[in-house]
Amino acid sequence: MAIINFANPARFLTFADRVLPWVAGAAVLVLAYGLYLVVGAPGDYQQGDTAKIMFIHVPSAWLAMMAWGVMSMAALGTLVWRHPLADVTAKAAVPIGAAFTLICLVTGSLWGRPMWGTYWVWDARLTSVLVLFLMYLGLAALWRAIEDPSRAARAAAILTLVGAVNLPIIKFSVEWWNTLHQPASVLRLGGSTIHPALLTPLLVMAAGFLLLFTTLLLAAMRNEIFRRRIRTLQMMKALGARG
Amino acid sequence: MTPLSALLVREIRVATRIGGGALIGVLFFLTVVTLIPFAIGPDLTLLKRVGPAILWLGALLASLLTLDRLISADQEDGSLDLILMTDTPLAVTLAVKAFAHWLTTGLPLVIAAPILSLLLNLDLAAAMAVTLTLLAGTPGLTFTGLIGAALTLSLRRGGLLMSVLVLPLTIPTLIFGVASASAAIGGTPLGPPFAILCALTLIGAVIGPFAASWALRHGQE
Repeated sequence: MAIINFANPARFLTFADRVLPWVAGAAVLVLAYGLYLVVGAPGDYQQGDTAKIMFIHVPSAWLAMMAWGVMSMAALGTLVWRHPLADVTAKAAVPIGAAFTLICLVTGSLWGRPMWGTYWVWDARLTSVLVLFLMYLGLAALWRAIEDPSRAARAAAILTLVGAVNLPIIKFSVEWWNTLHQPASVLRLGGSTIHPALLTPLLVMAAGFLLLFTTLLLAAMRNEIFRRRIRTLQMMKALGARG
Repeated sequence: MTPLSALLVREIRVATRIGGGALIGVLFFLTVVTLIPFAIGPDLTLLKRVGPAILWLGALLASLLTLDRLISADQEDGSLDLILMTDTPLAVTLAVKAFAHWLTTGLPLVIAAPILSLLLNLDLAAAMAVTLTLLAGTPGLTFTGLIGAALTLSLRRGGLLMSVLVLPLTIPTLIFGVASASAAIGGTPLGPPFAILCALTLIGAVIGPFAASWALRHGQE
């Protein structure tokens, strides 16, 4: 089915209703299997079981960035094609992305307390995730500041795209400014430096998080469509009461 | 006179006459720099060390606070509608407006910086270094702020939201501004950090007007 067919929210709703239970079920199964693998995974020779927080920390960091990517594509859909579902996607993805960013920050600082001796250091990767979190919150504030949903969508779309251009620049600047965090070890040129015994659970967890993200996004989009319908009905009712 | 130079002259005139408030930014800058020693103590060696950072932060906040008049004044008196109707591409018009805004609010900050450096116990070389980096960096702040001003134009209380949206985007300019000033003070010649600072300003000058013009066009309907 082409993406343009989903411009009709009713058709999207039937699609979402049909797909959601399957995606949600798959998310539960994969996350359960991932947690089982995580429990069985060997601890670090120095850090012990504390290192296992990585299996939540790293997938949320990936999703925190991916959510902005999803929003950027939705922003293009909003600005170029005026696709009504793109607005809904962009709006629904904001709190989810912010939540994954927060999970990444919180798990990172919980891990940092025993390992680095402090909850927070002004290290480059931590700081750039914090900036990403600030930008998510700013975007959410912009969504809430404009009453008309389609105008809010266009303003948010422009900010999302500006953010997509600026986030790499910010990340580069912050890294240049200070660096202490271990460099990326899974996705890098020259192959992964992480041991397969740890890599497999990590990838399964990442798949589970991706399914969880999809579930949450579809559910949030469905809710947003309902919310817009309620808004329209209320406005029609108010108009009818006056006339 | 071409339309763009006419616009430039008009913007400067409006900003420098009564009600324009061009110099309030400098007053704010002075006030912030005065407040800092009350917070961290009158230790001259400490002030000398953090001086460039204080000047940069003060200039950043001052140029941010003046942004709310950048487009909203035109919207209030209706001249924004005329600007939107002209044949000149909106992005170019906005770039000229932002440049005029920088001339009337950003340039005074740069000129005030050497004088404020005296309060922070910076020597002449350090004061000149900070001033030079501000000269290269503040246009970038104005161009980035242009996006925020355009996005929050139609909101009743957009000022606070605009700050929240714009400040994260100014982080690179702040980092490389302070870094190149510190490098110059340390005795090394203005090297890569200063070049990157200039590059950031140029990137801002490209992205800012275009994003702001989209925001205005899409916000109008």
